[in-house]
Amino acid sequence: MALVNTTKGEMDDSLLEKREGDVDNDNEYTTWVEYWLDGELVHRSVHVQLKKSVGLTATTASFE
Amino acid sequence: MGELMTATHNFTTGTGNTFKAALFLASATYNASTTAYSTTGEVTGTNYTAGGVTITNGTSPTATNSSTTAGVAYWTPTASFTYTNVTLTTAFDAVLIYNSSASNKAVSVHTFGSQTVTAGTFTLTMPSNTTTTALIRLATT
Repeated sequence: MALVNTTKGEMDDSLLEKREGDVDNDNEYTTWVEYWLDGELVHRSVHVQLKKSVGLTATTASFE
Repeated sequence: MGELMTATHNFTTGTGNTFKAALFLASATYNASTTAYSTTGEVTGTNYTAGGVTITNGTSPTATNSSTTAGVAYWTPTASFTYTNVTLTTAFDAVLIYNSSASNKAVSVHTFGSQTVTAGTFTLTMPSNTTTTALIRLATT
């Protein structure tokens, strides 16, 4: 048993339907978890793991 | 590039500038011409504070160089960006890193798949701080 923060306050997770998913591509690895109550979304959390950097390339230059 | 020439952004741990991370709607416009933070297009919702969260900077930038290889300077925040117990019902897909010590000038924009959050936490975890994967890299060729 665990308590989940929802739009209706903290609820026992045993009362909720749990749905999970993920996306994995070159840019990110993302996971999410949703809790539903009688067909209504009452909680959704998301974790995004960034994989790519922002790069700036210069020519004929060097860093010391 | 011009802000490099004027040393606008100082990522030094402790004595450097303060950087923040704000979330932006999927419908917002942001690109290389985004020069500063603005509330236009920023997410709004329960427990989200305009301007976003302050970035943890526990490691100063690292630079590598030699006579035979290209040089790389790189930096990555040392903690995830966490937006706790928020409700953001309009889809968002980007985070803007900006320098709150320098007139909120933009540093970088990072995009991801469009998301919403309901009475939950949104966490954005950084890539590894290496020459090839650091969040921000400046390289010579």
